[in-house]
Amino acid sequence: MRYFFILLLHFIGITVLKGQNILSGQVKDNKGGAIAGASISIKDSYDGATSDSTGKFKFTTTDKGRKFLIITAIGYKGFEREINLDSTLSPLTFSLKEEFDEMKAVVITAGSFEASDRKRATVLTTLDIVTTASANADVIGAIKTLPGAQQVGETEGLFVRGGTASETKTFIDGTLVNNFFYSSVPNVAQRGRFSPMIFKGTVFSAGGYSALYGQALSSALILESIDLPDRSSGNLSISPIGGAIGIQKLAKDKNSSWGANYGYTNVGLAFKVLNTKQDFFRTPQFHTGDANFRVKTSKSGMLKYYGSFSQNTVGIRDPSIDTVGFKEVFDLENFSMYHNVSWKESLGARWKINTGASFATNKDNIAGDLQTATNEKGVVPHFEYKNFGLKTFGKYVNAKVVIDRRLRGLSALRFGVEYNYSNDKADYTLYDGTRFPNHITEHLKSAFAEGDIYLTNNVAAKIGTRVEHSSILNKANIAPRVSLAYKLGKVSQASLAYGIFYQTPERRYLPSAADLTYAKATHYIAQYQQVTSLTTLRGEVFYKKYENLLKTGLSNNLESAINNNGAGYAQGFELFWRDKKTVKSLDYWISYSYLDTKRDFLNYPYQIEPSFAAKHTANLVVKKFVSSLKTQFNANYQYATGRPYYNIRYDNAGNKFNIYDKGRTIDYNSLSFSVNYLPSVFAKNAKQFTVFVFSITNVLGQNQVYGYNYSYNGARKEAIVPSTKTFIYLGVFISFGVDRSQDVINSNL
Amino acid sequence: MKKIVLLLAGVLYLGAASFAQDDKYTAAMAGKVVAVDTSKRADDLIALSASFERIADAEKTKWLPYYYAALTQVNAALMMSMEKPDAAKTDPIADRAEALLSKAEALSKDNSEIYLVKKMIATTRMMADPMTRYMQYGPKAEEALQTAMKLNPENPRVYMLQGQDKFYTPEQFGGSKEEAKKLFELSNKKFETFKPASAIDPNWGRSTLKFFMSQYPA
Repeated sequence: MRYFFILLLHFIGITVLKGQNILSGQVKDNKGGAIAGASISIKDSYDGATSDSTGKFKFTTTDKGRKFLIITAIGYKGFEREINLDSTLSPLTFSLKEEFDEMKAVVITAGSFEASDRKRATVLTTLDIVTTASANADVIGAIKTLPGAQQVGETEGLFVRGGTASETKTFIDGTLVNNFFYSSVPNVAQRGRFSPMIFKGTVFSAGGYSALYGQALSSALILESIDLPDRSSGNLSISPIGGAIGIQKLAKDKNSSWGANYGYTNVGLAFKVLNTKQDFFRTPQFHTGDANFRVKTSKSGMLKYYGSFSQNTVGIRDPSIDTVGFKEVFDLENFSMYHNVSWKESLGARWKINTGASFATNKDNIAGDLQTATNEKGVVPHFEYKNFGLKTFGKYVNAKVVIDRRLRGLSALRFGVEYNYSNDKADYTLYDGTRFPNHITEHLKSAFAEGDIYLTNNVAAKIGTRVEHSSILNKANIAPRVSLAYKLGKVSQASLAYGIFYQTPERRYLPSAADLTYAKATHYIAQYQQVTSLTTLRGEVFYKKYENLLKTGLSNNLESAINNNGAGYAQGFELFWRDKKTVKSLDYWISYSYLDTKRDFLNYPYQIEPSFAAKHTANLVVKKFVSSLKTQFNANYQYATGRPYYNIRYDNAGNKFNIYDKGRTIDYNSLSFSVNYLPSVFAKNAKQFTVFVFSITNVLGQNQVYGYNYSYNGARKEAIVPSTKTFIYLGVFISFGVDRSQDVINSNL
Repeated sequence: MKKIVLLLAGVLYLGAASFAQDDKYTAAMAGKVVAVDTSKRADDLIALSASFERIADAEKTKWLPYYYAALTQVNAALMMSMEKPDAAKTDPIADRAEALLSKAEALSKDNSEIYLVKKMIATTRMMADPMTRYMQYGPKAEEALQTAMKLNPENPRVYMLQGQDKFYTPEQFGGSKEEAKKLFELSNKKFETFKPASAIDPNWGRSTLKFFMSQYPA
């Protein structure tokens, strides 16, 4: 009995000793603001509480002795404190430090626009690129609706902030792409060779870009290819001007995939209907093919291969401006190949390696001719140079290794090396068979280092340097880059960027007997932005100074480099506003650029406004999805003030170039419209996903003049206009899910 | 005799102590599990999640508290999305739910209920920005739902969630109130025979189902 008594006492004892202790207090951030929703708990116990909207908490516990109190809150560093529950506790105050958080931290954005499908609110997504009315599913077309880019229609490429197209370089998975666009055709801008669908992320930097990239005085377009697809699928597209077929196969274990696509385009039918300005005696046609594989090499490693080829031909006949009654002929055949392998992997907890290599070839076979009214070959005295042949063959190797070392918080250090090899052969043949072969090889070696330094979640700096050596110039350069970002409020931040950028001379002005050097640009950028998940507002002011720009002279009717005495500047401001909030299911953006620029380069006699720069450029892009019609309507208005044009000719007597005539084109206006009809969108049991696309560029048929061509003596001038005033596209894209999971649900009903 | 009594008492005492420990767990859980179905405010659900997490971290070997902690997080995010979609607010909650759920999964593999929460997390992410995220998270949600069904075809919540998808999707996009109704009825039938493994095992959804069933005229 005694024992039972003892036992009883013991039970009672437990209950009695388990006297309750009240814990209360407040959780604050390091600025003294209340943190709501923080969890307060006693380690290894059920007891605890969640802080209220004023950061206060209160709970009772039966725990005794020395215990650890754990405080956690989303966005803050966890915190532990030892407490003694045997004594009565006075209210506790905890102050939590903000955690370095990629989602919340300031981002260095001066100069750059990011388009990606990542979680963070981005300016544009891949889908936006495909559905921008004027873009015709061309990456560059969509980028042209952003501030900083010019509406240049006579030449392919991105003309950014007073820079030429060659001052913008394109990178895929970190490595340089040498022939991003189809080969040039006089006065007709060409498309990019790569489909926007193979990229998951795009960064368009209008200046002040990272030390990881080089050889672009103005701008870098950085594209990141997609990883493993979500599922296996087949796709088919048909339009009156061509078709494509492809497959993507995801392995059962979802660790690897492969794919291949083939496409054929022949714009003959469209040109017949739309009545082109030039006589396309060889209608533009393209064969394109690509293949890819992607392998997860480990939990964090990914090996990717993308390879493509394209073969295209085009032949144009246009009345000659120099020899009346004759026609000038341009005939082009191109074959190009591109292979890119990239590999990324984590090496331990803090180290990462990103490496890539690409190999590309490009072969052009161009013939120029004068033809009579009846299309017979004709050679006209003094214009013999119009009958020529040009064969070029280029081989390119680009390789890059970037090592990434994570430091405290979000800070990181990156460094690496890059190697660019180019081997360009050109063989120019005159009418009489005289040949001017040339062969240029270049080895460009670069090393770079860059640090992201996060002082707090609100202040960050990116400091980097790039060192390059070019074998053609046999000179080295050092290019420092600095950017700073400061978070002003929850959604607003200010950024500053400064950097020096170098570029080697363009191949087409080489070889040259002169002792040349790098062209140099110095960028200064200040930016303010406000980004919420549905709206983006940003303004940017920039100043860019050009030094050592290439100057050219004339020999044998060929323009080649003579020195680096050119210079210039560009300055201006840009605005961007995107809003998905104000009107339901309506998404629109407005961009405006003001540009003031002058330069002396190539054959310019002195500093003038370049012919590729408009003072004011504006874009309005509108997208509206009407769910009841399963249709997205896209429209876009592009406006740019007139650009200057010049008749610059060589003055043999004065032994220099002179401006003999000049003017300004009419303003550029273009309204484009497109409709995407998605009959199976969101359909759960659809076996295929179909998109019908109908698009018209320049709906109103407004006159567009890109510039003027002059006759050899300047007596006649002729406007450079688009091949067709409006362009209409109609097509259907179908993708078939090879995956049959949907059938299961239906059979269950 | 004394010894036997003492021994018996000792055994009793130990048994009671360990029973008390298990009992304490079940008791602590039971009250909160009820609240999963009855909490109507996002803040309450977040606080509820934290209390489940406290139990989970103290117990360390039980999947249920982690599961409920994840479920209440995702319910809070869904509730916020219904009010006004905002990825900046709901994404961190979805991340949190995912982290908690992976702890539950480490303790209980191939669990139909866990796959259902995976489905709900993918749906939450999609709802934050359906236009751009549909292609990415739509198939993910569907796949998780299919796995949940495969692992336990008798789980009534599978059909309820499937029904909800059909119910809320506009007809032109493959939604159908009629098909949804069939799924709700199927779910209801499964609920009639559904027996949770214990008093604190997942048994939620009846009141939600009732709400959807009441949307159809008798």
